[in-house]
Amino acid sequence: MSENLEPLKPKDLGINDVEFYEVEQTPAVGFLGSMKGFWVTFSTIFKKPLTVEYPEVKAPTEERFHGRHQLNRHPDGLEKCIGCELCAWACPADAIYVEGETNTEENRMSPGERYGKVYQINYLRCVFCGLCIEACPTRALTMTNEYELADDARAKLIFEKQDLLAPLRQGMLMPPHPMYPDMTDTNYYNGDVKQAHPSQEGK
Amino acid sequence: MTTAQLIGADPGWLIAVKALIVFVLCVVLTLMSVWGERRLVGRMQQRPGPNRVGPFGLIQALADGVKLALKEDIIPTAADKIVFVLAPIISATTCFMSFAVIPITGEVTMFGHKTAMQLTDIPVGVLYILAIASVGVYGIVLAGWSSGSTYPLLGGLRSSAQVISYEIAMGLSLVAVFIYSGSMSTSDIVAAQSSWWYAVVLFPSFAIYVISMVGETNRAPFDLAEAEGELVGGFHTEYSSLKFALFFLAEYVNIIAVSALATTLFLGGYKAPPGLGFTESWLGGWFTAIWFFLKVLSFFFVFVWLRGTLPRLRYDQFMQFGWKVLIPVSILWILVVATLRLLSLQNASKAVVIAFASSIVFIIMAVNIGFESANKKKAQAVADGDNKSLPKFAVPSLPMEVSTINVSQKVGDNRE
Repeated sequence: MSENLEPLKPKDLGINDVEFYEVEQTPAVGFLGSMKGFWVTFSTIFKKPLTVEYPEVKAPTEERFHGRHQLNRHPDGLEKCIGCELCAWACPADAIYVEGETNTEENRMSPGERYGKVYQINYLRCVFCGLCIEACPTRALTMTNEYELADDARAKLIFEKQDLLAPLRQGMLMPPHPMYPDMTDTNYYNGDVKQAHPSQEGK
Repeated sequence: MTTAQLIGADPGWLIAVKALIVFVLCVVLTLMSVWGERRLVGRMQQRPGPNRVGPFGLIQALADGVKLALKEDIIPTAADKIVFVLAPIISATTCFMSFAVIPITGEVTMFGHKTAMQLTDIPVGVLYILAIASVGVYGIVLAGWSSGSTYPLLGGLRSSAQVISYEIAMGLSLVAVFIYSGSMSTSDIVAAQSSWWYAVVLFPSFAIYVISMVGETNRAPFDLAEAEGELVGGFHTEYSSLKFALFFLAEYVNIIAVSALATTLFLGGYKAPPGLGFTESWLGGWFTAIWFFLKVLSFFFVFVWLRGTLPRLRYDQFMQFGWKVLIPVSILWILVVATLRLLSLQNASKAVVIAFASSIVFIIMAVNIGFESANKKKAQAVADGDNKSLPKFAVPSLPMEVSTINVSQKVGDNRE
């Protein structure tokens, strides 16, 4: 029994009879060959450093870099977020907290029935995987290229809705305000609304 | 007048001034070398290194030192308090002490006194340095032991084993210098190198010394005592604040000290390189200090270069290299040097010297050829599937062997 467990020699295994291809291997380096590394480090001294003087010089990120989130708006200023919480459910790190609320005629934040009343992203937990962005049905949630998210207190790293909302652009009105006249939420999603209508103002 | 006599006439206050100069020099050199090392290693890795504190980041090391000093000083509950405090003090003081016998300049005038920039010149100066270095090992051992923790203990044991074994090779490499210069006094050895540096004449000794000085100072690639990935910080894991700073200081002063010793013993000390002897009288002799520091700094550059290039050795390889290569080679080399020296002292004819030298070369070649053919035979035997010639260790079997034997065996058993 114990004899059988003795490891077999390569020639008994017959592995020497197996057809094999000769692979080019790096030849053994001599003394001078092993000294090559010294030249590598020495010559590198005179090369230009690859680094960037960070706080002064900021190298642009890749185009699709996963940075801080942003809650987008429709072209008339209404929020795209409908408070569906799909982002929160998609989040593997449980970093997103959403509370939805029903839109009323007096207080309309987004086209359609619902809007996100509370929206928090905890950047102490967020792993920037982007699953929330994939989950978002209205493209309300996207990511920016902003990466400077360090702070000196834990509470400061829980971003509220106002920290995440996109700024108002040209032609946008600060919600709450009514929807564009004669437009449904479907028109909003089809991109029929190009900018705010004067009648939406001052409500 | 010899340097010993020159220094012997120093008044007490001058000795105090010199001691202060040596101390300040060591500290400033440490700060600068920490900065220089980080900058150089940075450049070797294509990054700039510290460049924010002060011009070119020059006072980065000072800032780090101040930060260290202001940190909380923790003494672990399990530590042996007295020894724990004593260990860094031993480490730091001994490395400063070895600088006392290093001649930094030749004859100079200092505050109206003719003297040399060397704290003291004792007839057994180099032995004194070796002795002090061995006392310095106590700092490491005691630090590791008194911490009352496992990693420091292991790191301390490793460090001390390393330092002790490389000290032997170091001491042996110096013997050839003693034989040739006929003295153990540092200033005499410098004077004896006026025609040829010992780095050239006694090249094997020089090579062994340079290797062992890296081992002696626990520096990369021999920094396995402080292998961060394995032993945390080694013997100084439990140290913080000023006590840690003392170890840090000791490490760098030690590097400077062994470099200074190498300069003194092998590169002609403060003497100018051949052909530039006229510079030795510039600035009333003080210019020699520049040559001295240039040589020391070039050694320091080698330290940094090694660190930037080589990966860390495995512990057993390292010890094997020390005991099985460096020490036997230096012993053989001493025999050769001693014989040659004796022959030349007894005015032996050139023919005898040449015959001796060539027979040595012949023996080395014969041994080398023997080694090579033995290695080839071994390799051939392994290729033929005879692993009896391989060393027997308790090694796990190869995956191939496991799958072919154990699996088939088990399947067969189950069927029956």
